[in-house]
Amino acid sequence: MARIAGVDLPKNKRGEIGLTYIYGIGPSTAKYILDKASIDRSKKVNQWDDDELNAIRTTITEEFKVEGQLRSEVQMSIKRLLDIACYRGLRHRKGLPVRGQRTKTNSRTRKGKRKTVAGKKKATKK
Amino acid sequence: MARSIKKGPYVDANLEDKVLAINEGTSKKGVLKTWSRRSTITPDFVGHTLAVHNGNKFIPVYVTEFMVGHKLGEFAPTRNFKGHSSKKG
Repeated sequence: MARIAGVDLPKNKRGEIGLTYIYGIGPSTAKYILDKASIDRSKKVNQWDDDELNAIRTTITEEFKVEGQLRSEVQMSIKRLLDIACYRGLRHRKGLPVRGQRTKTNSRTRKGKRKTVAGKKKATKK
Repeated sequence: MARSIKKGPYVDANLEDKVLAINEGTSKKGVLKTWSRRSTITPDFVGHTLAVHNGNKFIPVYVTEFMVGHKLGEFAPTRNFKGHSSKKG
């Protein structure tokens, strides 16, 4: 079983897909890592040998921030926005979209499940 | 789209002059009133208190080093929404 950066990778997936199970590695980064180690992109994760695994590990540790480290960095930058009380920080505080999207409708990802207001007309309820 | 790096950060000329004048000690003034919400905060601004207009009144903003790179307007909210009325029916 391939274990990279504290994450178990799925055995039966192609390498370029399997690597994206690591937080901080998306499709293009995964491809870059495999190309750098000169591994076939479509080689399955369980077919990597130890040398290939080590090559992947070294590229990730040397060039990318992944998992816990990346998560804490994101948290730190959000915290910075909160602390200086700028507009983006206020939006984070209120749990509303930060980048100027509309909030009259949609933006349910940020706002969470609909909170129905009692006494509102049915037409506007929906 | 982000501003071109070639141009450098945008700061209203009159505001920059006033801040630099305070830094050099040629003029003394505690709080600088400004309408220039569009100005980027440069390292020269750190430690000053600027009164940034929000369309209604001036909001005092004490500039810290973490604010460098943001615009002044980000620190003076223009909308004042306190939530919907809790009236039933």
